[in-house]
Amino acid sequence: MAAPSPPPLPRPYQDTAAYWQAAREHRFIIQKCADCAEFQFYPRGVCSHCLSSALEWEEASGRGEVYSFSINYRAPHPGFADKTPFVLALVTLAEGPRMMTNIVDCDPDTVRIGMAVTVTFDDVTEDVTLPKFRPL
Amino acid sequence: MATALRDVAIVGVAESDIGRVPDKSKFQLSAEASRMALEDAGLSVGDVDGLFTTIITEGGQFSSMLMAEYMGITPRFTDSTSIGGSSFVVYVEHAAMAIAAGLCDVALICHGSTNISDRGGRGGPVSQSTEVFGPTQFEEPYGVSTVGAYALAAQRHMHEYGTTSEQLAEIAVATRKWASLNPKARMRDPITIDDVMNSRVIASPLHLLDCCLVTDAGGAVVLTSLERARDLKKAPVRVLGAGEAHSHRMISQMPDLTQTAAAISGKLAFERAGLTHSDIDVAEIYDSFTITVLLTLESLGFCAKGEGGAFVSNQRTAPGGEFSMNTQGGALSYTHPGMFGIFTIIEAVRQVRGECGPRQVPGAEVALCNGTGGTLSSTGTIILGRD
Repeated sequence: MAAPSPPPLPRPYQDTAAYWQAAREHRFIIQKCADCAEFQFYPRGVCSHCLSSALEWEEASGRGEVYSFSINYRAPHPGFADKTPFVLALVTLAEGPRMMTNIVDCDPDTVRIGMAVTVTFDDVTEDVTLPKFRPL
Repeated sequence: MATALRDVAIVGVAESDIGRVPDKSKFQLSAEASRMALEDAGLSVGDVDGLFTTIITEGGQFSSMLMAEYMGITPRFTDSTSIGGSSFVVYVEHAAMAIAAGLCDVALICHGSTNISDRGGRGGPVSQSTEVFGPTQFEEPYGVSTVGAYALAAQRHMHEYGTTSEQLAEIAVATRKWASLNPKARMRDPITIDDVMNSRVIASPLHLLDCCLVTDAGGAVVLTSLERARDLKKAPVRVLGAGEAHSHRMISQMPDLTQTAAAISGKLAFERAGLTHSDIDVAEIYDSFTITVLLTLESLGFCAKGEGGAFVSNQRTAPGGEFSMNTQGGALSYTHPGMFGIFTIIEAVRQVRGECGPRQVPGAEVALCNGTGGTLSSTGTIILGRD
């Protein structure tokens, strides 16, 4: 029997290398614009609010709430074949931006919109850690 | 521009072989649909000087050059705007603008896809990539899929407005009734709300029967100036208004999961057409999922935000209902080769021409098409009418 294929993993690039490096160290950082003071997610080379390049990384609180979620029963990729059902979710971070993630460490049927969650780190491989969220 | 658009007409439409067509390439399906649409118009391929197409699957790079070369066309106006399934609806606006400006005379919009044959059967994995470059690396590693993304919107709409799975199922049931009247539709057997509710959950709250088909198909649309159109084979179908917009690429960046860019594109189309909702006799709304239709109806303003569930209840969109919608059976039951937009136009034109036989909406003079592309990301709205 063939080894299970790995799920798709991020290949860090100029905009995102710092984020993924921090995740490996189990730190959750997001960008804040030094010019307009807005936070943004996902990481970019410019601010999506004012197009400034003066972006700074800040340690985020890691707190947020579930904006929406879906329990997925079908694997979108062979790498998820042994992971269904899983909870796909959008979390609104305490700092404001919204991100996609998985809600983990709970029964999927207990996930609700508005649920308070906190970041947790999934070391998927030696090189890649995905920030995920669990109920607070 | 609003008046200039009105001086352009759709003069030919066609779909290729559709369903499961394993012996034909997507390029051939696109080209054969083009030939048939030109025949429908009474034009020949040598008349085409504007080409509008996009292919987002393997081998489709440089889409308009590829398809022009494949068909022996040398366009002097070309457009491969690639915003998903709405691209082809948006091309109507772009083509009308180009024709009105004298930049081309005969515009061909075409599309072909072998989504089911490529995948070797429904339900196969969509993605095989193991490394994700670019912003989608903030979604794909979490297992996002098209259905998963749309499910997020459905769940949020239910949370905010109390919309139910039964209300979403109303759309699937009504659309199947239209499909039963269309010999070309892939799924024609009647279904009930219970059938939808009892079909397996793919991504909560969406069931299998909330999801569009996966098929092979090609389609094509031909436009020219209204002046020239009046001398062609069939009665011209005028472009009365058009609008386009996109609000995001990835679902995680969608500003409000309960409203699509149709709130912008639809408003523009109505304003440019000088028409209101009550003028629309038939609506062809891209139905990738039942929730897509519900959000689009609200965003277009056919009902207030949050009232989509009530709007579609009691089979309102079924044959004989108050609101004739997706009259060929839609992406849910007729065909869905990955990008459905062009098929909304083909059906709207046939309805306005009165060619639809048992599914003809009596007295249909004005039709609205709305394409949605990406993950609820982009929209194109057009309003078409009799000359």
